[in-house]
Amino acid sequence: MRTMLDQLRRAGLDGVHAKLLAGQRLDFDDGMRLYRTPDLTAVGSLANLVRERRSGARTYYVRNLHVNYTNICNKFCKFCSFYAAPNSTDGKGYVLTPEEAAARVAQYAGEPIREIHMVAGINPKLPYLYYLDLLRAVKATRPDAQIKAFTMIELAQIARVARRPLAEILPELKAAGLAACPGGGAEVFSDRVHEELFRAKLDNQGWFDVARAVHAAGIPSNATLLYGHIETQDEKVRHLLHIRELQDETGGFMCFVPLAFDPSNTELSHLPVTTGYANLREIAIARLLLDNFPHVKAFWIMITPAVAQMALWYGADDIDGTVSHYEITHALGTTSHRQVLSHEQLLDLITEIGREPVERDALYSLVGHADEAVSHQPSAVSALTADR
Amino acid sequence: MQATDHALDDIETKILRGERLSFADGVRLFREANPLQLSAWANLVRRRLHPEDRVTYVVGRNINYTNVCWVQCKFCSFYRLPGADGGYVLPREEIFRKIQELLDLGGIEILIQGGLNPALKIDYFEETFRAIKARFPVHIHGLSPAEIIYLAKISNLSDRDCLVRLKAAGLDSIPGAGAEMLVDEVRDQIAPLKDSAAAWLNLMRTAHQLGIPSTVTMMYGSVETVEQRVEHLVKVRDLQDEAGGFRAFIPWSFQPQGTHLPSVKQASGFDYLRTVAISRLMLDNIRNIQASWLTQGPKIGQIALQYGVNDMGSTVMEENVVTAQGAVFMLPLHEIERLIKDAGFHPARRNTRYEILPG
Repeated sequence: MRTMLDQLRRAGLDGVHAKLLAGQRLDFDDGMRLYRTPDLTAVGSLANLVRERRSGARTYYVRNLHVNYTNICNKFCKFCSFYAAPNSTDGKGYVLTPEEAAARVAQYAGEPIREIHMVAGINPKLPYLYYLDLLRAVKATRPDAQIKAFTMIELAQIARVARRPLAEILPELKAAGLAACPGGGAEVFSDRVHEELFRAKLDNQGWFDVARAVHAAGIPSNATLLYGHIETQDEKVRHLLHIRELQDETGGFMCFVPLAFDPSNTELSHLPVTTGYANLREIAIARLLLDNFPHVKAFWIMITPAVAQMALWYGADDIDGTVSHYEITHALGTTSHRQVLSHEQLLDLITEIGREPVERDALYSLVGHADEAVSHQPSAVSALTADR
Repeated sequence: MQATDHALDDIETKILRGERLSFADGVRLFREANPLQLSAWANLVRRRLHPEDRVTYVVGRNINYTNVCWVQCKFCSFYRLPGADGGYVLPREEIFRKIQELLDLGGIEILIQGGLNPALKIDYFEETFRAIKARFPVHIHGLSPAEIIYLAKISNLSDRDCLVRLKAAGLDSIPGAGAEMLVDEVRDQIAPLKDSAAAWLNLMRTAHQLGIPSTVTMMYGSVETVEQRVEHLVKVRDLQDEAGGFRAFIPWSFQPQGTHLPSVKQASGFDYLRTVAISRLMLDNIRNIQASWLTQGPKIGQIALQYGVNDMGSTVMEENVVTAQGAVFMLPLHEIERLIKDAGFHPARRNTRYEILPG
């Protein structure tokens, strides 16, 4: 497409384009170039090139539900509006017993849920056995669904209360039902941001060590970036390159999820909400720098269904799922604070914008398409390659 | 949208050469173009018309002088029938107070719109406009074609005479509201008692001939087809060739909540962005495309700057019609400026004539 080639030149991205065509890896300077240009269309078209190479027109979604088993947390992250302090007396703190968590899952008995996403606060009172019981109770209630649970921060805590190395307890957690880890808690790999916003939390090196152990135990995970607070562009590029390096080492990451910071009710509530541009740009740049990640997700709860739909042409090939019962943040910039998309609405969003919905489970195996090869749709943007 | 690599090359060639797109081209763009193509092409055309990387906005407010209306459009949840509870006509002092509030904030434009209220004849508007102009240095952007046509009728005037008198009393320009879809098959379904497409266009033609410029809207996403959207665009373009008074085009999506068409699905963000981009591509003779962040929200409203939009419209201190249907986006001025800068453009305040104000 001639217009797009011209636009790439204007945006100073023809060099990045050439590297992509030659199959070369992008470097730090490329990352900065991508962040600095205001030309979202140029960045998006490059990301789409990579997206279509990997996934064609396919867009992965999952029928999932979220369980937040406790909101009690001793980390006091400044960007969080979800936690209750361990000794607070305002009655807002809660812990679900394994039975209560299972009962919550049982409410969705009639729905073909494939993934149960369980994350929570770092509650120092919960013993190791609690986590095993939690997994077993939920798994027993929905043996047909896979449990994707525990951020790297929670896993560090579980090892701490178990007083045993992660390498020993991970097989036990796996046997109890843990299929994958969601990858939250990475925030931004910058000592400066860590010190300012989440100093009580596992440090950056600690996050890496946990992720390595998780992957070594044969448990795949996602990775995230929390953006839209005090982080700088070069901190984000470094974050992405760190994650890429770890993926080169372990190969255990499935999907990268840029998480848009929601300032409301946090200690950073003076900050503005992330813009639509920022939402699409983060997805696109992650897709471009993380050449060894199979998937990049547009998490519609945080960026609105409308922006998530657009993101399917800006690098994202995963739109999360129906997300029953999400509590951590609320959808921003939508008129209704609806926290659920029906299966039909999700399919509409995907097909309306010319993408092909593919239902997955927590491990990205296709649901109901076991032996079907997924078609590669030709795309107009592939003309970037053809015209050169 | 399963466009093969070169399926739209002929259209791209026309765009690159600055040639006019046909009705069939518009339909193909709706059916086959992907978002990034539309964005790239709309960017190109927008940059030709506005090479200075500027996004404009106006500080203005809506004044809904009455909500009494007998037309009963199915997409409207703002109106009250004549004689019904909850109907109002704003007292003049209230209108003055609203204008003073706007001027205190540095505003320059009022958008005066209401309903088709049989109690309000030409003298009401002449007196109101004269009184406003005598007191305030404010631009009166007011009365949609439907209101003017009705006003002419109940005042026993021709459309032309009615417009001449309104202009003499202080009417500066006309909002392009009520265009809905300028296709009678669609109007018959969503607003059977409203004027025909031809009546709307005729009124605008007369206004432009008299030196009263206007904007023009399109309300898409109700019951129309893609072809009917393109028909609307072509009719607008034809009239612009002839009379030349449209300053800006403003597409906005039908808001089904609270209306008599609740089964219609809310149009998506993508549908908005492609409609904006195709409007930019088809309407080669209209300089400005305005965002409707009021219906789309700030995120999609901002992304629209990559889909052909060069103007963020009015900061809208008050809006009662769309908000009655459930769209509740309000943006303070500093937020509009932040969105523009974040997208890499320079924000600039304009007047109703789209002239940049000294900043």
